[in-house]
Amino acid sequence: MKFRTLIACLTALVAGLFALSLVTGVAPVGPGESYAALLRDDGGPLTMVMREIRLPRAILAVMIGVSLGLSGAAMQGFLRNPLAEPGLIGVSSSAALGAVLALQTGFAAAFALALPVAALVGAGIGVALILFLAGPGGGAFTLILAGIALSALTGALTSLVLNLSPNPFAANEIVFWMMGSLADRSFDHVWMALPVMAVGWLALARTGRGLEALTLGEDAAASMGFDLSRLRLILLGGVAASVGAATAVAGAIGFVGLVVPHLLRPLVGGRPSRLLLASALGGAALVLAADVAVRMVLPGRDLKLGVLMALVGAPVFLHLIWRRRGQS
Amino acid sequence: MTLLRLDHLTVRRGPCAVLSGISLSIGAGECVGLIGPNGAGKTTLMRAALGLMPMEGASSLAALSATARAAQAAWLPQSPEIAWPVTVRHLVSLGAMARGRPADHPSVQRATDRMDLAAFCDRAANGLSGGEQARVLIARAMAQDTPLLLADEPIAGLDPAQQIRTMRAFRDLAAEGRSVLVSLHDLGLAARHCTRIIVLHAGGLAADGSPAEVLTDELIAGVFGVTSYRAETAMGAVFQPMDTVAP
Repeated sequence: MKFRTLIACLTALVAGLFALSLVTGVAPVGPGESYAALLRDDGGPLTMVMREIRLPRAILAVMIGVSLGLSGAAMQGFLRNPLAEPGLIGVSSSAALGAVLALQTGFAAAFALALPVAALVGAGIGVALILFLAGPGGGAFTLILAGIALSALTGALTSLVLNLSPNPFAANEIVFWMMGSLADRSFDHVWMALPVMAVGWLALARTGRGLEALTLGEDAAASMGFDLSRLRLILLGGVAASVGAATAVAGAIGFVGLVVPHLLRPLVGGRPSRLLLASALGGAALVLAADVAVRMVLPGRDLKLGVLMALVGAPVFLHLIWRRRGQS
Repeated sequence: MTLLRLDHLTVRRGPCAVLSGISLSIGAGECVGLIGPNGAGKTTLMRAALGLMPMEGASSLAALSATARAAQAAWLPQSPEIAWPVTVRHLVSLGAMARGRPADHPSVQRATDRMDLAAFCDRAANGLSGGEQARVLIARAMAQDTPLLLADEPIAGLDPAQQIRTMRAFRDLAAEGRSVLVSLHDLGLAARHCTRIIVLHAGGLAADGSPAEVLTDELIAGVFGVTSYRAETAMGAVFQPMDTVAP
């Protein structure tokens, strides 16, 4: 398939799912009426539902999908490993720890966006630690090891917070938040996450040529004029900003960054630079589809997006491992 | 014109010097064979010369900015890797990309023709046989279209015909005024195709000169620890290692 055709198809898919997401919900209203209420400001409750609940939810799904898909493609390209995903460098678990601490200490209730702000701070500290641990000249292997160490540490600290939680309601809230969801988000979340994510997207979009050169390994890429330390800094900064912001507003949503680049790689001829845009759109489509699905499968039961994604993603992951086992 | 100058190049790994005080220069139009036993420091010499590892002393290449270096020298590592199923055509074009040139630059087609890749241009590069992949990667380095090419054991794993074709391609590059520094273990191929031989032994420079000057029985016995059968043919010298000699 030609690259332009693929991008056009994925864009159309995202647009279609976006439109579907806008008309999916508990309110028993037809699509025509919903779109009319969205476009025409009559001050009625349906306009409010469309503009204040469904529209930001659909926009956030696109933003989070783009962030996760793009970061996954960049991470796999940088580490030259199809099993890499954004969570590998511990940014999402650091963000989760920040959010959990905010919930536990009551800081989350201090102001409207206290929880995502705390998560973003967690992500920032996480990426700083990774850069410190992996050092300026370290290769992919050191980065993975540092990421595993950080994920283990933040995971243990999150468990410790839960373990010592004196209040079962707070613990319950933490557990539900960690499952990842787009329910009850507003434009405040969009405006808070968008600038941070946009910085991350722009950074990751600049890594394309470097990732192409890395197809030949670190030594060859360095000899081709690419400063790998700088590339790594841009890439980690980009992943931290986009995935940190995604985790901050929606909780932990796994597998998108792993599965989407893997599925789309054959369609872009394996080229890491082309996979960036394709995965960004593919990630948006997958998160939109999953967010529509959680509302359709169990309406009114608040099935968590992260849970559904893991239920779909884990079998794909197992399939990946199975195929690699066959190859070796 | 000097394309590479090394001045007292020393590389240490812990307390041990892997390379000590290597000084040499390579001018235009040379096909230089870098030979020496395993562990002599051939790969280290090339990587240090390119500025890819910490070293003492000076290298004219390492002193350049990354972009200027990519325009001056192409590097073909010993353990090459092709991470993704990109087409052979695209992979070779990465050489042009390193120079900021488009994928359809004439250097890409020239390199593809030189390494005889037309038959599998549209196939996934990482699905080819080891020997075919080696040829693709040599073409990628050639497509970078630099005055100097450094290749670390590029003909290991190639069949005899491809070994000869590759060495001939390097010799042709030298005839065009470029230079090649190629490490290899086949002394016969080195003698027939290289214009100059540099011998490394235990991290030091054991000999540097024309194949006839350098490849003596004494040197081969002293450096490689083997006796060899030697014959002069119309095509050049033939070396066949025969037996090990006592150290």
